[in-house]
Amino acid sequence: MSSQNTPLAYVRKEMLEQQPAPRGQVGVAKWMRENLFSGWFNTALTLVSIYVIYSLLKAVLPWAFGGVWTADSLQECRTILNDLHGNTHYACWAVINERWNQIVYGTFFPSSEYWRTHIAFVLLILAILPVLFDALPRKMLWITAVYPFLMVWLIWGGTIWGPVSVALGFVLAYMASQFAGRSLGSGLTGLIAVAVALIWWFFIGPSVTSGLNKVLPLLHLQEIQSRELGGFVICVIIGVSGIALSLPIGIVLALGRQSDLLIVKTICVGFIEFIRGVPLITLLFTASLLLNYFLPPGTEFDLTLRVIVMVTLFSSAYMAEVIRGGLAALPKGQYEAADALGLDYWKAQRLIIMPQALKISIPGIVNTFIGLFKDTTLVFFIGIFDMLAAAQAIRANSAWNGITWELYIFIGLIFWICCFAMSRYSQWLERKLRTDHR
Amino acid sequence: MSQAIEREIDRSHMTVSDEVAIQISNMNKWYGEFHVLRDINLTVNRGERIVIAGPSGSGKSTMIRCINRLEEHQQGKIIVDGTELTSDLKNIDKIRSEVGMCFQHFNLFPHLTILENCTLAPMWVRKIPKREAEETAMHFLEKVKIPDQAHKYPGMLSGGQQQRVAIARSLCMKPRIMLFDEPTSALDPEMIKEVLDTMIELAEEGMTMLCVTHEMGFARQVANRVIFMDQGQIVEQNEPEEFFNNPKSERTKLFLSQILGH
Repeated sequence: MSSQNTPLAYVRKEMLEQQPAPRGQVGVAKWMRENLFSGWFNTALTLVSIYVIYSLLKAVLPWAFGGVWTADSLQECRTILNDLHGNTHYACWAVINERWNQIVYGTFFPSSEYWRTHIAFVLLILAILPVLFDALPRKMLWITAVYPFLMVWLIWGGTIWGPVSVALGFVLAYMASQFAGRSLGSGLTGLIAVAVALIWWFFIGPSVTSGLNKVLPLLHLQEIQSRELGGFVICVIIGVSGIALSLPIGIVLALGRQSDLLIVKTICVGFIEFIRGVPLITLLFTASLLLNYFLPPGTEFDLTLRVIVMVTLFSSAYMAEVIRGGLAALPKGQYEAADALGLDYWKAQRLIIMPQALKISIPGIVNTFIGLFKDTTLVFFIGIFDMLAAAQAIRANSAWNGITWELYIFIGLIFWICCFAMSRYSQWLERKLRTDHR
Repeated sequence: MSQAIEREIDRSHMTVSDEVAIQISNMNKWYGEFHVLRDINLTVNRGERIVIAGPSGSGKSTMIRCINRLEEHQQGKIIVDGTELTSDLKNIDKIRSEVGMCFQHFNLFPHLTILENCTLAPMWVRKIPKREAEETAMHFLEKVKIPDQAHKYPGMLSGGQQQRVAIARSLCMKPRIMLFDEPTSALDPEMIKEVLDTMIELAEEGMTMLCVTHEMGFARQVANRVIFMDQGQIVEQNEPEEFFNNPKSERTKLFLSQILGH
């Protein structure tokens, strides 16, 4: 149309093919130049950093790897080190080897019953796996459903009837909700289900259980008191229970906080703000000391259970705020689209809102989980014999008096492995769930 | 703004019946102190294709959002398909499942595939088995000409494709009325046409449609009635020919001169 002679006009005759990037703009060389040696200052920083890392490793690696793994006391360990190296500037890992049982199971757990924790641990892995990876067969979720009751029976012992009775409460509640749901609204159905479960747990269940215990003491295991639990075992029990329970409670609290119903909203806001405003250690002391004053005399409320309740409530308040952040990040259009399609509140929450809000909140949720897991060490202060208490006891013992680094490094490493695993899993999950492709 | 619509429109099914689909009488709405909708009276018969135009802030979106109660009205009556909209949640959900809606920003569910977006409501609201819901979904995805994208996620599609999926998603509920809230306002010019074509096809099948849009070409070709709103009120309504060629109110004339003037 316009002539080629005018300087403004231009017509491309053929489209260009894609060309490879120039050499030096890709690969290791580019990365090093950009990240390590991009100027004289960065080059200097890089060299200084390399020197610092080198000196650290030079000090730590021989100490760690030159250590002794078998000895019965610090004295013996030092003798061996003196024979080997001529000095004692090396680690005494032997303490972990020798006091392994105390660190893992606690001081008072009867050693004849260690096998029960092993089975519980293997089953725990089997119960968690289908929750974490949806590629696994969905039937494995039955293990997850049964696991809490199985775990209680395996750890605390007694006959199978106690846990079965508790599980039966849930089953009865489910059946009642199915039955009532046919004719009643969802709110009333929920109330009836809860009432049925409570009646079973507090009035009918206990007498049935004690009757069955006398007549048919099926699968009786040696009973173990909460005071006898300890070490890594109690840490996992409290940590996993807290994690598993705080997420659903946190979701409910977050939804309650956004509710239009004034009373529900006030209760949720009050709960969250109160729990967040109080240190966890205060709640734990309340659980261990004060709670018994408020309960009717004669009610026995297990210490571990009380601690789990407090830890769960504490982190569910944080969880609620994390999830509220995810809810706030969702565009209003998602709620409107769900409404416009005729989905009711619960279906919209379950199918549209929560999957997206939880996905957004994954980093915050895992942050709370990790915090909770590490906070389990606080039970040390209310007299539960966790790993830190075990370390304290080992150091107070004459055989290992004077040892510090090796014990705490080992305990720290256990926590680090668990927390790092959670962190990596959450990153993997985030990548897997990313569907926006931007 | 208007897009040229090349092909001839098949008007054989575009018939307006006497049956009333939506009746709005003396409806008022306030946002706090602000009187956003003032004394709206509108009767929509089955098969009508109504385009609602007006300057921004005139309350046109708010009005159609009142029809499926995304917005609550404070005075007056809205009767949709014989059911009055009150705070009764059962009625609201019933009406919402009968009335499809398309939004300016599509509002597809980004965590679900295209197919899942389309089958979700039929499966969970209508309780249709998955197989059947998927067949229906594929049927409507074919209709909007994107069956090959069924297993992709919304984020991988262009805006025009997303809006067509949103239309298909609404159609999967087999609605009797469709509401469009500025369906082409967020789209590139190249994509507006593909969405309008889909809407025209829908009109040709006799769907009752209320469209808030600035596409005056679409209004001229497809609508049987154009409504002009300003300051929360219905200022003028007429057949498209008359509305565009012979507007009565000064406000309408000014609006049309601005929207068609460039």
